[in-house]
Amino acid sequence: MSLLNLTIAEAARALGAKKFSAVELTAAHNAAIAALNPRLNAYITVTPELALAQAKAADARIAAGSAGPLTGIPLAIKDLFCTAGVRTTAASKILEPFVPPYESTVTRQLLEAGTVCLGKANLDEFAMGSSNITSGYGPVENPWKRNGSEARLVPGGSSGGSAAAVAARLAMGATGTDTGGSIRQPAAFTGLAGIKPTYGRCSRYGIVAFASSLDQAGPMARSVEDCAILLGAMSGFDAHDSTSAARAVPDFGAAIARGVKGLRIGIPAEYRMDGMSAEIAALWERGVAWLREQGAEIVDISLPHTKYGLAVYYIVAPAEASSNLARYDGVRFGARVDGEDLIDMYERTRAAGFGPEVKRRIMIGTYVLSHGYYDAYYLKAQKVRNLILRDFNNAFEKVDAILTPTAPSAAFGLGEKMDDPVTMYLNDVFTVPASLAGVPAMSIPAGLNAEGLPLGLQVIGKHFDEETVFAVSAALERAAGFTAMPSVRAE
Amino acid sequence: MSLDSATVRRIAKLARIRVDDAEVGVLQTELNAILGYVDQLNEVNVDGVAPLSGGAQMAMRLREDTVTDGEQAENILANAPDRVGPFFAVPKVVE
Repeated sequence: MSLLNLTIAEAARALGAKKFSAVELTAAHNAAIAALNPRLNAYITVTPELALAQAKAADARIAAGSAGPLTGIPLAIKDLFCTAGVRTTAASKILEPFVPPYESTVTRQLLEAGTVCLGKANLDEFAMGSSNITSGYGPVENPWKRNGSEARLVPGGSSGGSAAAVAARLAMGATGTDTGGSIRQPAAFTGLAGIKPTYGRCSRYGIVAFASSLDQAGPMARSVEDCAILLGAMSGFDAHDSTSAARAVPDFGAAIARGVKGLRIGIPAEYRMDGMSAEIAALWERGVAWLREQGAEIVDISLPHTKYGLAVYYIVAPAEASSNLARYDGVRFGARVDGEDLIDMYERTRAAGFGPEVKRRIMIGTYVLSHGYYDAYYLKAQKVRNLILRDFNNAFEKVDAILTPTAPSAAFGLGEKMDDPVTMYLNDVFTVPASLAGVPAMSIPAGLNAEGLPLGLQVIGKHFDEETVFAVSAALERAAGFTAMPSVRAE
Repeated sequence: MSLDSATVRRIAKLARIRVDDAEVGVLQTELNAILGYVDQLNEVNVDGVAPLSGGAQMAMRLREDTVTDGEQAENILANAPDRVGPFFAVPKVVE
């Protein structure tokens, strides 16, 4: 029996029934990583010995009868989460030597649940990107291929290593972070489920900051149920994060079985953009039909400021990034390049340590916050952001959840869409508005395109109503019956 | 609004990122493409709209102003690129 194709829920049952041990499950994943990671580059750092030690502890816990639903489950941790004693790079050369002395809240909670850390997953540098090509440790190869082609495709980003690892069976699930689509778009590109919960649901403590008013952690896995199990362990109030929500964590798994009968599902007119590809439009129509057949009421809605989401995002996120990344100056941690004096050292350190996309965003952010331009750019963007939030609040007076495509296309080739930064930014057109409003949103695999590549549908819910998001996502998952697997995977 | 090369250099200086002469032109083109894209926000009427600065649907939480952590000098210095005893070390800044 292959231990690599199980869902987390299936593996937990089998571990409990002593069909195999956590050490065997982890060893199988370690071997899979050793075989395929040199090609896929899904992990920046692998921790096979740590993983086996954690698996051994999990077996003891299972034997003692104190196991939970995640005890002994091997995961990939996006290399944006600080892990005590394990190098954490944020895929940047500037953090190449950084070994955190502390553990992020989300990964600490996962460890307490008994999960096993297989390694630190690749990502776009500081989570800035939609293709994983901005990583300072090389791009990630998407395990999916176009029919009859060996061309290397991107896994999406920024959580591209997490996505590739789970899709290729190099992990059972992964942590991701999502600032403008960084969980949902790579999930769609690799045939996975992934949820960005409500802003404030998961603690940001110990996650390397990109844009603090947008950053949220969330899980990526091969089923909606697995995401619900993982999110339950990752969520909850944390005094170390001033924007952490003091709310009880619901039983997300219980919401899976609710069904959609009687739910009102909104279809926003503004997401039907000019030039939307026929296959994306058809996928969306199928999703609508699936929900209607299961008893949901479909309601046409309007989110009038949708088209301004990306422009708001590409002011707000770089502004916050320019402030957050000021800390990388070669003094307290990270790499340093010596200079003639202190200022020269800062400038050389940052020039050598940051890649081109990070520099662009820091500079845009510096400009829109600078004297004389703050009102015209940053303040204006914050006001339009409020209009986008109002759009969602108005829509949610009429509907329980919103259905849209996740991304405007399937995975594209390494080297495509590189003409200018704005072309790449357009990938996030459907995911950014939910990030700006802080509402939860999930991508689920809904089918393959004509070339055999996975496509995702996105379910957006009300603030702190992940349960309805899970209910709708599970209904779509049941109807889609997505069982396709990538051609590059561990067996 | 379009950035000239002097402005690109000024932004780089403010951002503390050294840029070579060859990079200035490339950055100028890329930054202008991004600024050109975001200029569409000028069409939106925001009269009377308050700015939304945070993602959380809540007021900032306060806590007692007391020490909750400390005595971690070695942990904090463990990643320092250069140190002298219990201090971070940097190039000389005062003659």
